Amino acid sequence: MSLVARHLESVGIPTVVIGSAHDIVHEVGVARFVFVDVPLGNPCGPPDDPRTQESVVELALQLAVSAIAPRTVVQAPVTWPSDEWRDVYMRVGSSATTSRSGTGNRSNMRTFGQPTRRPSSQRGQAQSSSP
Amino acid sequence: MKRTTTDDETRISVTHRTPVSYIDKSREFYAAQGYPTPYRWAANVGAPFTPVTGPLTDMTVAIVTTAFPVEARGPKRAYAQACEPFPAAMATDDLSWDKDATHTDDVATFLPLRHVRSLATRHVVGELGPRFYGVPTEYSRRRTELDARQVEQWVREDGVDLVLLVPL
Repeated sequence: MSLVARHLESVGIPTVVIGSAHDIVHEVGVARFVFVDVPLGNPCGPPDDPRTQESVVELALQLAVSAIAPRTVVQAPVTWPSDEWRDVYMRVGSSATTSRSGTGNRSNMRTFGQPTRRPSSQRGQAQSSSP
Repeated sequence: MKRTTTDDETRISVTHRTPVSYIDKSREFYAAQGYPTPYRWAANVGAPFTPVTGPLTDMTVAIVTTAFPVEARGPKRAYAQACEPFPAAMATDDLSWDKDATHTDDVATFLPLRHVRSLATRHVVGELGPRFYGVPTEYSRRRTELDARQVEQWVREDGVDLVLLVPL
């Protein structure tokens, strides 16, 4: 998505990225970025909190006109009720638990991963999505 | 994250380094599944920049999402869809997001059409464009570039002045 933003900027169309994967957007490099530090899935803010969501969008609009240089990043003042998700998401841990996000035991995951291993030419393309 | 308030300020004491590094997490996660070569993310030092000229109140805004319509079938391709009526649901199950911590039942958390409309009603911004756009998360830069050019064409057709890109 950040590459799409870069293209639009390069042809004269201003953009703002709203997202929660700070490191990925930072590495790609975009003109304007509103960082929302919540679990992936709700980049405009928590579900059922329309006031917060709208404030994030308004912040993005204000950033569009206030930024004077590329790579301008603003962090939205949004918090999540707990920090547990920071550890749990995609965790490769020692417990045998699994979850919808795929957390779980390292050795078990090797077993699960074995049948779906791709040829070496396709390795490194395992993810189904990227922010 | 624990908040404590003093007389004149709010302090936040953290127990985790923030922000989360998804590059590190995905590398470790997929290495444990037998993918020894990490995905290589695009990295750039600089970034193209187009200054905004004119007031927000004159601008037409469009949104780009990585989610797809529930009724979409077949291989994912970039799409444009009328904003009205606002979609009540979008297909997100095949995307990578934190399915343990949250949900995507509230479409406005990732496709904020109604919020842009509301801000237009409040005269913060001009108006919401007639269509929103979707792009698949691709690992081919060539295909991403083609998608980007397609979005550019739709943006120009719709008279859009400012684009908000909102990946899940």
